[in-house]
Amino acid sequence: MIKDITLGQYFPGRSALHRMDPRMKLLLTIGYIVMLFLVRNPAGFALCAVFLAAAYLVARIPMKMIAKSIRPILPIILFTGLLNLFFIEGDPIFSWWIFKLTKQGIYTSVTMAVRIVLLIAGSSLLTYTTSPIALTDAIERLLSPLRAVHFPAHELAMMMSIALRFIPTLIEETDKIMSAQKARGADLESGSLLQRAKALIPIMIPLFISAFRRAEELALAMECRCYHGGEGRTRMKQLQFSAVDFWAAGATALAIAGIILLNQFLGQPF
Amino acid sequence: MVITIENLTYTYGVGTPFEKVAVDNVSLTIGSGEMVGVIGHTGSGKSTLIQHLNGLLRPTAGRVLLDGEDIWADKGKLRQLRFNVGLVFQYPEYQLFEETVYKDIAFGPTNMGLGKEEIDRRVHEAAEFAGLRPELLEKSPFELSGGQKRRAAIAGVIAMEPKVLILDEPAAGLDPKGRAKILDQIEAYHIQTGNTVLLVSHSMEDVANYADKVLVMNNAKVFAYDTVEQVFARSDELKAIRLAVPQVTNVFHRLRDAGLDVPENVYTVGYAKRKLLGILAEKGVLRHD
Repeated sequence: MIKDITLGQYFPGRSALHRMDPRMKLLLTIGYIVMLFLVRNPAGFALCAVFLAAAYLVARIPMKMIAKSIRPILPIILFTGLLNLFFIEGDPIFSWWIFKLTKQGIYTSVTMAVRIVLLIAGSSLLTYTTSPIALTDAIERLLSPLRAVHFPAHELAMMMSIALRFIPTLIEETDKIMSAQKARGADLESGSLLQRAKALIPIMIPLFISAFRRAEELALAMECRCYHGGEGRTRMKQLQFSAVDFWAAGATALAIAGIILLNQFLGQPF
Repeated sequence: MVITIENLTYTYGVGTPFEKVAVDNVSLTIGSGEMVGVIGHTGSGKSTLIQHLNGLLRPTAGRVLLDGEDIWADKGKLRQLRFNVGLVFQYPEYQLFEETVYKDIAFGPTNMGLGKEEIDRRVHEAAEFAGLRPELLEKSPFELSGGQKRRAAIAGVIAMEPKVLILDEPAAGLDPKGRAKILDQIEAYHIQTGNTVLLVSHSMEDVANYADKVLVMNNAKVFAYDTVEQVFARSDELKAIRLAVPQVTNVFHRLRDAGLDVPENVYTVGYAKRKLLGILAEKGVLRHD
């Protein structure tokens, strides 16, 4: 059940996207998100979808992984879709009580849904092709200029990588504790909301205790190895931009230019 | 209660790059009241296999039958099944959560919907089986020592009075004295109640000492499933899959190789001691007392 959460799961591979510098991947993902919010017409969305599909193909990540990453946020998509559908002012097609179905409403709710799907699918691609360690490394490097204003870039990256590192461990732990309590007859799947919340106590308490224990052990282990923050630390693996990175940057720039051109020539439908 | 496993296969992470067959076409029968030792390397599928016996995992293919009835035939009965097949996980002390040891042991029986007096009786009995002193029952489980926590968690499963008790490495991480104590208590429980016990272990010595039958798992398959004598008689094959026979068996094989007339089928230190003393007495080195 818990193992179905794939948001942020790394898929090992050797594709061009996997080999890209994580800094460039991060920057291009941000570029892609900006692109999604620049789009003003259906043709633009089509271009974004094609761009994303091409990226998935290059990365050799199965398309069905998109569906998997969308599933957890499906309620949000439906909710925003419904809100937009009935509460956007415009030319009414149909109206009942305070609800008005308008052309603009339909358009906005569909484009909003498409936008969210493309957003999640795109950012999932980043985590599918980049190991969490590479990602935090990239964040640390990209934020390091801020050290001049005493921004704790290294500490932040370290906290992130520790947090990321422990997500699978804690998921595994939760699974184990759930199985153990189920083996003692704990009923997690039926009953009222209150009963279900109560049924979580036998899982949450052991989980918190183990999380604290792990944190203490980790802190001790880090101290034993003389960890003292980022000052003077060097890296075994230096990040370096290569040809792939510039090709990818070029492709993204072209796509953004395409979106801007489409906006110029086609404008907005409503 | 007879457990029958028919062509059981279980695959983790179906459809992801991490897909892995953990149990591969396993068939076997565990009779009522047997004490079976389960051994195998880490990742050989033994933990996955035992989680099928109380319906925590659903077979990818194949069936698990309890007294001839498919446990997945009626999903509504799964919870009832878990009271009949008690499973103690590895490091079970990490599942303790209640304010007192008493309440934690009572968690299973309470879930069964038993009355107060019955729960009270079961908690005290289970605590005794697990070797917990009664005054510990009112303490917080987090105040106990490692070994006591382990015992409290085992008591929590015993208190459900399952017909089949499965323990996944109940002695892992304990000192030799703690190991012997817990395993002795499990043996006593088995003898007193006559219930089926499955004991998963890494230690050949433990299996030889306590089990009647041995199930050897290797690479997701059953490598051997027979009496202790029959399985350890295949010591060369066991060595080939890097599972050793008990140390004392090795010692006796070496003694035979050195030309001494000692028996081959020695698996426990106690038996070895008796045999050796007997032989020494025969040769007149030691007097029989």
